[in-house]
Amino acid sequence: MLNAMAAGTLVAIACGIVGTFMVLRGLAFLGDALAHGVLPGVASALLWGFPGFVGASISSLVMIAGISWVTKKSRLSADTAIGLLFVGMLALGVVIVSRSQSFSGDLVKVLFGQFLGISLFDLIIQGSVTLVLGLMAFVFRRPFLLLCFSEDQAQVSGYSAKFYHFLLLVMIAMTVIVSFQTVGTLLVFGMLLAPAAASSFLSRKLGTMMIIASGFGSFSVYAGLLLSYHFNLSAGGCVVLVAVGIFFIVFMLSKGFKKEHFNG
Amino acid sequence: MVDNAIFLKDVSIGYDGTSVVSGLNMTLPQGASLALVGSNGSGKSTFLKTLAGLLPTIKGCIEVLGDKPGHKLLRMSYHGQFHPNSFLLPLRSIDVVRMARFPVRGLFRRLTKEDENIVQESLAYMHALELSEKPVNALSGGQIQRVFLSHTLARQADLLLLDEPTAGLDMNGADLFEKLIFRFKNEGKTLLVATHSIKEASQCDYVLLLASRVVAFGKPDQVLTPENLLETFGLVARFSGNELLIME
Repeated sequence: MLNAMAAGTLVAIACGIVGTFMVLRGLAFLGDALAHGVLPGVASALLWGFPGFVGASISSLVMIAGISWVTKKSRLSADTAIGLLFVGMLALGVVIVSRSQSFSGDLVKVLFGQFLGISLFDLIIQGSVTLVLGLMAFVFRRPFLLLCFSEDQAQVSGYSAKFYHFLLLVMIAMTVIVSFQTVGTLLVFGMLLAPAAASSFLSRKLGTMMIIASGFGSFSVYAGLLLSYHFNLSAGGCVVLVAVGIFFIVFMLSKGFKKEHFNG
Repeated sequence: MVDNAIFLKDVSIGYDGTSVVSGLNMTLPQGASLALVGSNGSGKSTFLKTLAGLLPTIKGCIEVLGDKPGHKLLRMSYHGQFHPNSFLLPLRSIDVVRMARFPVRGLFRRLTKEDENIVQESLAYMHALELSEKPVNALSGGQIQRVFLSHTLARQADLLLLDEPTAGLDMNGADLFEKLIFRFKNEGKTLLVATHSIKEASQCDYVLLLASRVVAFGKPDQVLTPENLLETFGLVARFSGNELLIME
């Protein structure tokens, strides 16, 4: 249980940092696609006896390269390219899984995570990657902020919009890769999106947004694990439900506050 | 001797290798102002983006502040067209204006007192001080334009490339334009501004009329003739007494 709490907190921190940039840059759909698109990689890795994160990394790279290539070459809008890659990778994952007879148990773990099966080794990897993500966010906060403001302004400020966009995608992919073992590929997106979106209602500053998002995420982990323990429900599912619940509560409260503010 | 801010020789500009305007030749001295006039799609924005280094030159030689486009970034400020439907940051307006000082301070150095003064002065100049603490996504289109113009000013550049800066403003655009022209002239700054307004163009030192090609380039009184405007826009209006005459 202690490992589960620690792993959940690390997921919450990584997702709080990267999710905030994702929300500010309007990349939610891409984050969703990256989170779900790792399925074929993870499934292949499990099938051939490699660690899941190796397969997830390869899948993410294929997704990022594919999306960039289709967007650049076809004049289709980015969301069409993302959607195509998204369903393509998902379908590939389903096909790979259907080849294996004894896969259904593993598949549930991949899709929904195994909060209670996290080892110390997993924790060390997760902790290191979270630290790297935090450092990257700190070092490149200015180019990322400019990129969120306007690609043109990032470029005329001397920061390559293409490079920093790519770097942001890599950070999202890294977050997905280290988090899916804990919360699963289907649910990691909830942790990326919900706490960051909720915190964007409460703060107007980047650093504070990230801290609040990490806080919401951590609270979701504890509350979700408690619910799951007492009512014997899926841990990953409970955690993300709490996170999304927090988002809607904050959303409604902030709407109510605004109304009051304007009326009086 | 005054150095040239902009030098173009036999230049073609455009997107994805397709030329929008070709045969561009001009020299613009430092401290001068140039208005780019033409209808939508005539190549004004493409021209500014190419000078800013945001689009590659298709053909010819361009020098911006004595270097290739996109090289003298610290001395240049670019204000792109604002699209009302685009995604807007939930960050405070003042933080958006502060971003203009990032290139000067790099990745790590803190913004100084001087930077903060520049940010405040730019916001004040655009009458946007009261918007400082508000998130950009809660502002009206005109207010956003004022915050973005504050950002452009806060870069304290020697060369300003402004794409329709007074479009959609919630204050008197003509007054602001006059004020900006006067300020930049006083400070010896070079200004290139895309505009639909003939009145604004007439206040600049030079005018370039574009209609997917160069219609005319020169001093406003020589360039802004009924014939040239007819060629640029396809129609010309002129008041005769109380009656508006449109010649097509």
